[in-house]
Amino acid sequence: MPGKIVINDKTIAFLEKIIELSGETITLCDQCGTCSGGCPVIHEMDITPSQMMHKVQLGQEDVLESKTMWLCASCNTCTVRCPRGLDVAKVAEALRQVKLRQSIDNVDLNSIPKEDLRELPPIAIIAANRKMIS
Amino acid sequence: MEISYFPGCTLKTNGRNFEGTALPLLELFDIHAKELDDWYCCGVSFSQSADNLMQQIAPIRTLVKAKESGNTRLLTLCAMCYNTLQRAIFFIKSDEDKRDIIHDFMYREGTKFYGDEVEVVHLLTLLKEIGSEEIKKRVKKKVDEFKIAPYYGCMLLRPKEVAIDSSNAPEIMEEILEAAGCETTYFPFKTECCASYQIVNNSEIVKARTKKIVNSAVKNGADVIVLSCPLCFYNLDEIQIEIKKEDKNFKTIPVLYFTQILALLMGIKSEVNNFSLHYIDPTPVLKRKGLL
Repeated sequence: MPGKIVINDKTIAFLEKIIELSGETITLCDQCGTCSGGCPVIHEMDITPSQMMHKVQLGQEDVLESKTMWLCASCNTCTVRCPRGLDVAKVAEALRQVKLRQSIDNVDLNSIPKEDLRELPPIAIIAANRKMIS
Repeated sequence: MEISYFPGCTLKTNGRNFEGTALPLLELFDIHAKELDDWYCCGVSFSQSADNLMQQIAPIRTLVKAKESGNTRLLTLCAMCYNTLQRAIFFIKSDEDKRDIIHDFMYREGTKFYGDEVEVVHLLTLLKEIGSEEIKKRVKKKVDEFKIAPYYGCMLLRPKEVAIDSSNAPEIMEEILEAAGCETTYFPFKTECCASYQIVNNSEIVKARTKKIVNSAVKNGADVIVLSCPLCFYNLDEIQIEIKKEDKNFKTIPVLYFTQILALLMGIKSEVNNFSLHYIDPTPVLKRKGLL
């Protein structure tokens, strides 16, 4: 069931925090869906990138429990296509940062077999560290 | 001519077939790539949060090293290094306040970097500057009916301010390979993401991406895929082995760095290709086409 939209000081504070972290004027998003249309990993997501943007606009903090921000691989396809000039990948990063700054990681490298880590190119491990580990 | 060169971590490990073919290739054009002394990690992934300046330090330190080398151009081969260093230059040029904070943080490090002192150049850009005529002159072998699918991925094309060519319809790899006498084939997934570092903890996503990308290249008649990113290389090459285990009908295709093809065409000894680093063995198709 769709919930009732609530706008209060708390939701506005959350929106402002994500604007500050991303450096993006998220309120410009007019929900055209171009970001979702081009996203290469949308099939794995629980909410689409445009839904993620909408939730942030409305200050709905439960967006932080979505998988979407962790699945974003920062490929910047949405970024180059957004007709409003928004860097959606930076918004995903801002949401990850809210979690990471509370030491809530999305990857535990210790759980990955050592032989797999040895095979992987170093750039994969370092990038995953930067994006998903506090 | 000498150019400063930043290899980055992966060119010294998984990507030895890339560096091993690119550097001798440049020597053919009398370009000596001089590796930076005592270089740092570039940081791999550009810091996307507005207040996290710590993550900017790694690429900026690399650019400081490049400035100290005295050469105004810095060559990169790895697409991720290219992207991170290039974005760091835009960052440092666009925000004076943040630049001052970074300079203050690095006050004991001597050299300050302002953005205009070093130009980061990707190898594809350098080869385009060298030009088709010069490339043609150095080709020693001719190939017939060998269809190459150039795959760009993300980091050379996006965001727009760092793109080495059109973000949507790049042709630079095609131009260089065609100048060397190759036939290239278009496939609609050439600028699509391979899911990048998700390989570390979510290889299923990479499998789904690789399957689409490879199927598209195969359906468009490609004999091999060529690329320039060591992470794309791993995701497209190794993951095909995993896909094949699950789907016997899946048709694999060899993946090579574009420099490997050029090095073979220009008669550079084949050992530099380090074919043992490949998961899908490219040697049968290269032999069939007379390149080995």
